[in-house]
This record gives sequence, structure tokens and C-alpha cells, in this order.
Amino acid sequence: MTMILGVPVAVLFGQLLLGVINGAFYALLSLGLAVIFGLLKIINFAHGALYMLGALVTVVMFDAFGVNYWVSLFVAPLLVGCFGVLIEYFLLRRIAHEDHIYSLLLTFGVALLIQGILTNIYGVSGLRYSMPDVFSGGVNLGFMFLPYYRAWVIVVALLVCFGTWFMIEKTKLGSYLRAGTEDSQLMQGFGINVPLLVSLTYGFGVMLAAFAGVLAAPIYSVSPVMGGNLLIVVFAVVVIGGMGSIAGAVITGLLMGVIEGLTKVFYPEGSAAVIFLVMVVVLLIRPSGLFGKEA
Amino acid sequence: MMAESANASEIRASIVQQRKADDRKKLMVNLVLLALLLVAPAVLYPVFLMKILCFALFAVAFNLLLGFTGLLSFGHAAFLATGGYTTGYLLSTYANVTTEMGIIAGTAAATLLGLFFGLVTIRRQGIYFAMITLALAQLVFFFLVQAPFTGGEDGMHGVPRGYLFGLIDLQNNTAMYYFVLAIFLFGYILVQRIVTSPYGQILKAIKQNEPRAVSLGYNVNQYKLIAFVISAGLAGLAGSVKTVVFQLASLNDAHWHMSGEVILMTLIGGTGTLLGPVVGAAFVVNLEYQLSQGALADWVDAILGGIFILTVLAFRSGIVGEIQKFLKKNLH
Amino acid sequence: MTIMKKLLTSAIASTLLVGGAQAAISDNTVKIGYLADMSGTYRDLAGPNGEVALKMAIEDFGGTVNGAKIEVLSSDDRNSPDVASSTVRRWLENDQVDLVAGLVASSVSIAVTNILKENDRLGIISGSAASSITNEHCSPNHIHYVYDTYPLANGTASAVVKEGGDEWFILTADYAFGHALEADVTRVVEENGGKVLQAVRHPFPTSDFSSFILQAQSSGANVVALANAGADTTNAITTAGEFGLTQSGQTLAALLLFLTDVHALGVESAQGIQLTTGWYWDMNEEARAWSDRFYEKTNVRPTMVHAGVYSSTMQYLNAVKATGSDDAQTVRKQMMDTPINDMFAKNGIIREDGRMVHDMYLAQVKTPEESTGEWDLYNIVRTIPADEAYRPLSESKCSLVTKK
Repeated sequence: MTMILGVPVAVLFGQLLLGVINGAFYALLSLGLAVIFGLLKIINFAHGALYMLGALVTVVMFDAFGVNYWVSLFVAPLLVGCFGVLIEYFLLRRIAHEDHIYSLLLTFGVALLIQGILTNIYGVSGLRYSMPDVFSGGVNLGFMFLPYYRAWVIVVALLVCFGTWFMIEKTKLGSYLRAGTEDSQLMQGFGINVPLLVSLTYGFGVMLAAFAGVLAAPIYSVSPVMGGNLLIVVFAVVVIGGMGSIAGAVITGLLMGVIEGLTKVFYPEGSAAVIFLVMVVVLLIRPSGLFGKEA
Repeated sequence: MMAESANASEIRASIVQQRKADDRKKLMVNLVLLALLLVAPAVLYPVFLMKILCFALFAVAFNLLLGFTGLLSFGHAAFLATGGYTTGYLLSTYANVTTEMGIIAGTAAATLLGLFFGLVTIRRQGIYFAMITLALAQLVFFFLVQAPFTGGEDGMHGVPRGYLFGLIDLQNNTAMYYFVLAIFLFGYILVQRIVTSPYGQILKAIKQNEPRAVSLGYNVNQYKLIAFVISAGLAGLAGSVKTVVFQLASLNDAHWHMSGEVILMTLIGGTGTLLGPVVGAAFVVNLEYQLSQGALADWVDAILGGIFILTVLAFRSGIVGEIQKFLKKNLH
Repeated sequence: MTIMKKLLTSAIASTLLVGGAQAAISDNTVKIGYLADMSGTYRDLAGPNGEVALKMAIEDFGGTVNGAKIEVLSSDDRNSPDVASSTVRRWLENDQVDLVAGLVASSVSIAVTNILKENDRLGIISGSAASSITNEHCSPNHIHYVYDTYPLANGTASAVVKEGGDEWFILTADYAFGHALEADVTRVVEENGGKVLQAVRHPFPTSDFSSFILQAQSSGANVVALANAGADTTNAITTAGEFGLTQSGQTLAALLLFLTDVHALGVESAQGIQLTTGWYWDMNEEARAWSDRFYEKTNVRPTMVHAGVYSSTMQYLNAVKATGSDDAQTVRKQMMDTPINDMFAKNGIIREDGRMVHDMYLAQVKTPEESTGEWDLYNIVRTIPADEAYRPLSESKCSLVTKK
């Protein structure tokens, strides 16, 4: 077997593929953050908690009403998205004209609150959610066994990422969005309901997080604390990509997945820290991130 | 001409007088608080008070940046932990290192780390500054998990409190309390001196309008860097003292939640006021203690979250800030 | 003469009284402080339900001991040694707490044992896994009750090697607990003639294990052991199932799994996994009866930690009753002198290093066909006798043992 640095090439291929799959998760989550920050200048520290909510809603809907995975894939993000709209309407709107930092503190509080309440209801051991039958098993790629579900994750996540990017950067709706958030008075003058636009945008960013949560439900332990540590990793991804850059968030997400995956092979202990190292290095060289506009 | 200048000097005189009266009021408040702190251990449990003082010093240090320079650091836990672990390591490894030497070394280590962090981050602003300090602090956390001398997740235990100047047995809680109080006052007065000095005025100017400060010819980055390093050093001092008080250092001090907690303390107490972080620290430490005792123990996180939200929405000036506002409104 | 006699008798009487007062229960109250994680990672395995177990013990004991009240204080340690140590200091120095119970995170337990020693009070650790607690960190002021890493490694590893699993891949959580387990497992595997091919350390906590599972699959080992805990273990097991680890002929061994973890995983994903436990709610009539009562109060089945809290509190209160004292050393000696025979253990003995040694059990998670209910999760495969399970005193580094 051919080896690279003492690791068989086949294993390396497998790790690269897994890295891309994990990267797809990062991409989805950081995309939501980037949409929210790029368009609304809100630093959403509740993103991890909303991701968790997506997964938890999926499990709870299944347990209580037997709602299956496919329905959840639409309904859970929609519900959590509505919840996001409420957060925007009742909380974030009140501090819209303050320093961005306050949005960080406010959403941090929201995250603590949601997580604290749900821990009391559901405990921390995790809830059971079984894989939909269609996805049981996998395919042998020669260099690794790829479960069908992981293949599905990467396809659907990338589709959603691309769709979001396309919608914001290339469609009329997207141009309204960008214009509305950049110069709200002007757009108000054109008869566009900017506050509604803001609520919906936040809700949409939240939906992306919840969607990632639904995708995660069958493969990760679902519990109220599942989003806690993921949050700062995903934030690092967004910062590396350049806050607010939609394409940057997606590409960096995939890239960081791969880098983290490789670290897991060569220096597994460091895999939790490597993204922060990359972040420090990138910001030293390019202060506004890989794809960010110069501030 | 004459009349005008007489008028001007009158106004000046009245301003000076007003200021003097304000200063006198402030001095009174400070003296009353000091008296309270001196007699506190007779009423309240000393270790608990020491914990409050350590976090108060930490929050005061943090507020030098957030409240007086306008920089939100999301990585201050790194300094707290570096101070704590350095002191803990020295005191438990070398018998001839005295307590005060250990604390000074811990503070120095945190100051150096602060200089490094500062050099890397100081040109960044707003959210980028917050995030890069967070990233650096995560790297410090990683180092502390991996380093053999920290005891990893188990933490570092059994750090001796030792003798102050080789004389006073710090194992005695009352002695320890007054030692901690002295250190806290040192830090507090230092920060007070800084913010009221001309240097502090420039920091304020930077906070209010950085481009203007630049155009006035100030080397803004250098001013910010100095503030950052002092803040880091004092945070390290808080960590060092905390390690001596509790005789242990743990990874909780380095975790990013700790960086979040100090923000909460400062915010609740009142950013931009000197006393705010102290009140905030006392409030949060006491709240956590009270909640963790009773039936609400499992609700601590949720309640803290609720308080966070409420503070940001309704009391952005914090407890002290709101009181000041209230007094101003009703006294003038 | 009569005066002399009177004086003499009163002198004797007063010495007796003083002697009696020394042995008596201080301030006529026995105070027990329950300290555990009530809101974080370890909430479910100990947490608020541990307090329920503690109160059950007091209730069953009758609420008083030799006429003295029994009071319970409880507090959340938030998994922080700082919080724990300020709470416990206050309990011991201000509130005259006699016994600290619960104690889960090892950082918390070690911090608390130091304070207990300083104040000469007693602590019973039910939740922690670190075997160092009665080894390097042993003291005459605490007892480690339910389990530790030594029997976990011992029980599972030797059983698996004997079944032919001789080439091991160990996936270790990168912190003290994981390292200890890894070292213990390696020793046991090698003693039994097996070999550890590779050990990979993952950051704590990790949510995605696919990369590590893939490394395990390509390692060529026939056993994949998980030296981690809680959400890390459940995540790793789920991922192993997804990647068909067991279908490709590898055995999965989890070294520390609590009932609550298996319940969270469900028999579907956890079936067949072997693990070592100190107690199982359905292992005999007595255990079942007790856990039925526990279930009525909490709506969940008790973990070994919950049962341990109940049993150790009983043992403590019985010792206080027998000696009529709440002095730490007097009570500890009595607790050591009385073997534990209850719903938790048969012939459990508290050794001089503070380790409570009792039989451990090798369990296998039931298949979905075997399992008849939500909590019907284990088959007990083998009883591991106490003296075989725990670290023998001859290997101890505890100063209480080596001094002799």
C-alpha cells in the first residue's frame, strides 16, 4: 500500500471525504451565521442553540406524533425559523441601533436560556432517533465504507448552500434584501416593508441552522447541550471566511472540515484547536478573512 | 470686557466647586465601601468574600478594555488561567518560592501573554478583535489541556497558601482575606488612576471616536496596546490570587465560558463605571451561589441567560450606571 | 467521708459525661451535604436524582439517628472545582456539615477531598471514575464507593480478550480519565496475551467520530475499545453503527457506560456491547424492589451511582448510630469494620485506602428482541469477584497503605 507520512493513501482518501462531509455541516451552519451577519449585522451567538433546537424538534415530533424524517426536514426548520422571527421581533429589534456587540451578548443570553430550560426537560444524556430505513447501510468505495446517510448529507447540504448563495447574490429577491439592509430608508421609500424583511432574513438564517440540526439528528447524540461547543468553531469558520461573505462561509466551511479531518489523522489531540490556529494565522495575513472585503 | 471675564471666572469657579463637591461625594462613597469591606469578614464567610474580590478584580481589569477603551475581548479567561496556573505550579513545585513571589510571577506571565495577544490583535476592531482574542484563548486552553504540569481535566490541586513575607500564616482565612483585599484595592486604585489620568482621557477619546483620535496625531494602537497589557496583567493577578485562595487551578478558568462570564459581570454592574464590575462580580457570584443551593439549582443557566437578555434590553448601563442616572435625574 | 464520697462520685459522673459528650453527635444534628452536577454533563447519571436517593436513605433510616436530626444540604457544583471548594469550605467551616456525598467530576472530587482532610470530616464519592482518588490522592477522610477505572478496564478487557479479541484499537478521550483507562486497558490486554495495536486520543468533547471510526476500521484490530464517557461514548457508538464497524467483524467495547447512556442510545444501536458496571437495577430481587421505589419518585431507573448514594448513606448512618458519634475517624472506622450487605452490594468492604470493594458485573446490552421494556437493557454475563476486580492493595501507592 502506498503511504504518505506513514498513513496509507486509502485511509487518507477516506479521511478527506469525511472531512468534506463534516465541512458540509460547517458550511450550512456558517452560512446561516454569515447571512445573519452580512445582511443584518447581528452576531448570532444563539446559532448553536438553534441548531440544537432543529435536532430536538425532529426527535420530539417523532416521539410525540410519529412525524417522519422527510416531513421533519421541512417542518422542523420552519418551526424553528418562526421561533427565530419571534426572537428578532421581540428582542433583537429593540437593540438594532446599538453597537453590534450587544447583539452578541443578547443572543448569548438567549442561547443560555434555551439550553437551560431544555436541559431541565430532556436531560443531557441524549435522545434516541433512528436512521430512516432508506439510509441503512452504505456503499463500499474501495478505500472506505460510505454510509448512504453521509452521502445524502453532503449532497443536500451543498444544494442548500448553493441555493442560498444563488438566491442572495443572483436573484431580485436577494438584491432587495441586500439593498434593504444597506439603506433601509431608501427601500422603505420604494414601498418595501424593511422590518418584515429583517425578521424574515433572521428567520431564514435560523432555518439554515435548524436544517443542519435535522441532518444531524440521526447521526449525533441529540441533547440540549449539543450546540454549545460547535458554536465557537462555526464562528471561527465565519471569521476565517470573512464575516458576511456568503460564498466565503461555504468554501471555508468545507476547507476547515478537510483540515480538521487531516489533523484527526496526524495529530488527533490537536483537532479541536486547529481551526483556531488557522484563524489566527489567516487574520494576521488577511485581516478581514479569506473572502472578506477590506474593512 | 471686564464684566465678561468676571462672569467667566465665576462660571469656572462654580464648575470647580461642583467638581470638588462631586469628588467629595465620590470619596465618601468609596470610604463607606472600604469600611464595609474591612468589617465584612465578621459577618460573611471569608472564602466567599475572597472569591468575590478575585472576580471583582478580574472584571475591573476586563472593564479597563470594554468600558474605558471600547475593546471587547472574548479571551480574557486565558489571562486568568495563565496567572493561576503559573502561580499554582511555582508554589506547589518549589518550596522556596514564597506566596508573594508566586503571585508576582503569575502576574508577570499573564502580562507577557497579554503583550503577545496585544501585538497580534490590537490592529483589529469590533467583532474581529473579539473573535481573534477568542481564538488565541482557545489555543491557550488547548495548551493547558496538553501540558503535563497542569493536571489536565483533573486540575492542579493542593497548592499551599504559605506565609506572607514569611511571617503571616495565610492558612488563616482572616489573614488571607485582608491580603486579598489589599491586592484588590491595589488593582482597583491602579485602574482608577489610569482612567482619570491624561492617558485615560486619550483612551476615552479613542473609545468615542477612533478616527478623530488618530487625526489628532495620537498613536492609537500604542495606547490600546498598553491598556490591553495592563488589563491582561491585572486579570492574571486575579487568577494568581484565586489559585492561592482556593489552593487549586482548573480548566474552568481557561474555558471560553469564563470569558463570557466576565462580560456578564461587567455588563450587569455597569460598563464604563469603575464600581460597576465590582458590583457585577458580587452580584453574579452571589446569585450563582444562592441558586446552586436550593430547588432552583438546575435552573442556573436559564436564569443567567434571562438576566443577560434583560440587562441588554433594559439596563444597558448596568446596576451602577442606572443608579448614577437615577441620582443625577433626581438630584439636579 | 460522705462528702468525699459525694465529691468522688460526682467527679466520676462528670468525667463520664465529658467522655460521653465527646462521643456524641455534635450540635445534635447530622448534616449531610450533597454536592453534584445538577445542570451539566453529569446531570443524569447523578444529579438531582442522586439527592432523591440520598433522601430515600434518610427516610428509610427513620429521619433521626439516636435522637439527632438528620439534615440535608444540597448544591450544584457546576463541574467547577472553584464552586465546589467554596461551597464545601462553607459547609464544613460554617454549617458544621458532617458528611459530603455525591461528587462526580474528578476535578471536583479531588478538590473536595483536600478540604475534607484539612477539616477532618468525611466524604463519600459515588460518581467519580478516577482510581487515583484512593491511590495517589487517598486520605483518611474519604471513601470511594461505587466503581473506578481499574475494574472497568479489568472486567471488560479481560473478558473480551478471553473471547478471542486479542488485537486492540483504543479510542481515548484526551484527558486524565481517558489516559487512566487507556493505561489500565493496555495492561490488562497485555497480561491476558493480547496486544494493543494503536491508541488514538480524541479531544474532549468531540461530536463527530467518523474519522476515528474509520481509523479504527483500517487499523486491523479486532477489538475497538472506547476509553471515554458520556456523550463522547454515545456519539462514537452511534457512528460505529452507522459505519458498520461490527458487521465488518470488529468487536466494540465501551469501558464506561452508564444506564442512562444506554437508555439514550437504545438497544437498537447499543445491542451486544459489553461493559462493566457496579450495579444494575434488575440484577436481583432486592435491587429491583428498591429501584421500583426510586422509579415511583423519579420516573427513571436508577444508575449505579444513584444506588451507591443510597447504600453509602445507609452505611454511614448505621455507623453513626452504632458509635453514637459523628466524628469522622470514629465513623469511618465503624464503616470499615462493617461489611456492606444491602441492595447495592454483598459483602462489600471498605478498605484502609478508602476504596469500597465489591463484586462488579460484566454486562451485555440486550438485543431489541430480548428487551421487554424501555429500561430492560442488560444481561448480566458474569460476576467479577471483588478481589479480582479492584486494584490490589499490594499495588497501592496510597500513603495509608504503604506507611505500614
